[in-house]
Amino acid sequence: MAKLGDIVQKIRSKNAGPFWLTVDIFCGTAHAYAHVVTKLPSAAVAKAFGMNTQDIKRFDIADLHVVKFSLPRPHVQGSTRDPDMHGASWAALLAELSLEE
Amino acid sequence: MTTRVLIPSGALGLNYDQVALDRGIAMKPDIIAIDGGSTDSGPAYLGRGVSKYSRASTKIEWRGLMEARAMAGVPLVIGTSGTCGADDAVDWMLDITREIAADLQQSLKIAVLRCSQDSAVMSAAFCDGHITPLPAAPKVAARDFTSCTNIVALAGAEQIAAALETGADIIIAGRTTDTAIIAALPIMRGDDAGAAWHGAKIGECGALCASNPQSGVVMIEFDNDGFTVIPLADGAHATPHTVSAHMLYENSDPFILYEPGGHLDVTDAIYAAIDDTRVRVTGSKWVPSDRYTVKLEGARPAGFQCVLMCLLRDAHYVKNAHIWADDIIRKCRSKVIKRLGLAPEEFEIELRLMGQNASFGTLETHAAQPHEIGVLAIVTANSNALAMEIGQFLNPYLLHHPLTQAEEQPTFAFPFSPAEISRGQTYEFCLNHVLTLDDPMSTFRLEQIEIG
Repeated sequence: MAKLGDIVQKIRSKNAGPFWLTVDIFCGTAHAYAHVVTKLPSAAVAKAFGMNTQDIKRFDIADLHVVKFSLPRPHVQGSTRDPDMHGASWAALLAELSLEE
Repeated sequence: MTTRVLIPSGALGLNYDQVALDRGIAMKPDIIAIDGGSTDSGPAYLGRGVSKYSRASTKIEWRGLMEARAMAGVPLVIGTSGTCGADDAVDWMLDITREIAADLQQSLKIAVLRCSQDSAVMSAAFCDGHITPLPAAPKVAARDFTSCTNIVALAGAEQIAAALETGADIIIAGRTTDTAIIAALPIMRGDDAGAAWHGAKIGECGALCASNPQSGVVMIEFDNDGFTVIPLADGAHATPHTVSAHMLYENSDPFILYEPGGHLDVTDAIYAAIDDTRVRVTGSKWVPSDRYTVKLEGARPAGFQCVLMCLLRDAHYVKNAHIWADDIIRKCRSKVIKRLGLAPEEFEIELRLMGQNASFGTLETHAAQPHEIGVLAIVTANSNALAMEIGQFLNPYLLHHPLTQAEEQPTFAFPFSPAEISRGQTYEFCLNHVLTLDDPMSTFRLEQIEIG
């Protein structure tokens, strides 16, 4: 099964303030974008982060070939258990996600 | 009226391209605006009221901007001074400014905008229903406000405009929204408000909205109809894609941006290339709100920490690292409770296995076997002395703990002596709320100072 990171140009995750994380999937081409839009359900992203689908905001942005997810941070930024102050590593969690056949 | 805002970089302390800055000054900007911080580096800076960047670096870069301002004869504004924008950080920035002014023999009118909030006043405002939560805000009670070492309100365009109206040469602002320092002047001069906020968001990280993002310097030209993005460094080109994609950056919603007094909606914005460097944007909308609100940020003490590090390289221990770590935590906790008479909730011991699952914890999906593991041990307790003492309890386990009693006593690699490193007081963010104001200036303080 193809991994998300293998078919898109770049995945970036960042803080959107101390309480939110935002993940931008730059698909690179219209073809890859169409593939991601149809084969990456929000539920799969929610599951990877151990969250409920309704807690995640999704934006499919055709003009940019970007699919964006925003979610409450897995740990509040800088709290005792937060492993990643800038939220930068979480992109890898999605890059390694297998897409639906 | 056309308003040119010159933005030297995404933050003071990140450096800027001097040639590009000179090019910007030659284009006769109406204002030079630079951001001094954000929450992105974590709660300790706000908790302590200090800057993340080196004072020496900040001073060198600020000196360059003060010289550029004198040459251009226009105001220079810094928002979110000293990373966190608390009053102590504003004073730090003011001290640096005084030192440079004396050195350059500049006579200056300075406007200082202070954004720190009295915790008792905020606590009362909360009880009166003037403070309300944003999505994903932690639950708070009145006492959570008084536990903060620093609370700041994010100033918007109105407060920056008030500072500009004093006729100041330099404005040193505490916490502001990233965009307010850029949007304020175009709005004051009657340029389109949607364009002002949208262009401000595109420009707030400097040249990050273009190719060659490290160059920093960008000019945003505002007018009645839209705005134009002009990156100024050699090799920096803005395209409709780089500009529109910047709306994704650190935004939970790429189309809507909330600011004091309303929100920006870029759903219908049109991005067009003027040439291979400049981009023209039109169709951005500003939607005023019924209530005038400002966002609050607060940080409070969250215990003292001691950290230790060791390395596992023996294959048997690398393979069984989780069992080893869990066993250490169980045994060490039990010893601490017994010997120090602590309750279980009075301290925390965490062992992060770096190379295994330190990034994602239980969400990690990789099961591959590394050849070595870095163990980051984190002790959290109510005092520095206690955190360090528990670190000393932990030390012999990290050095010698065997997986089973049957095997020979192992020894692991410690990179430091002493092994225990004090992190001192730690802090946590505890507010994601807005404060409703009748008068935008009511919770901010504007001071005018003349030096030289």
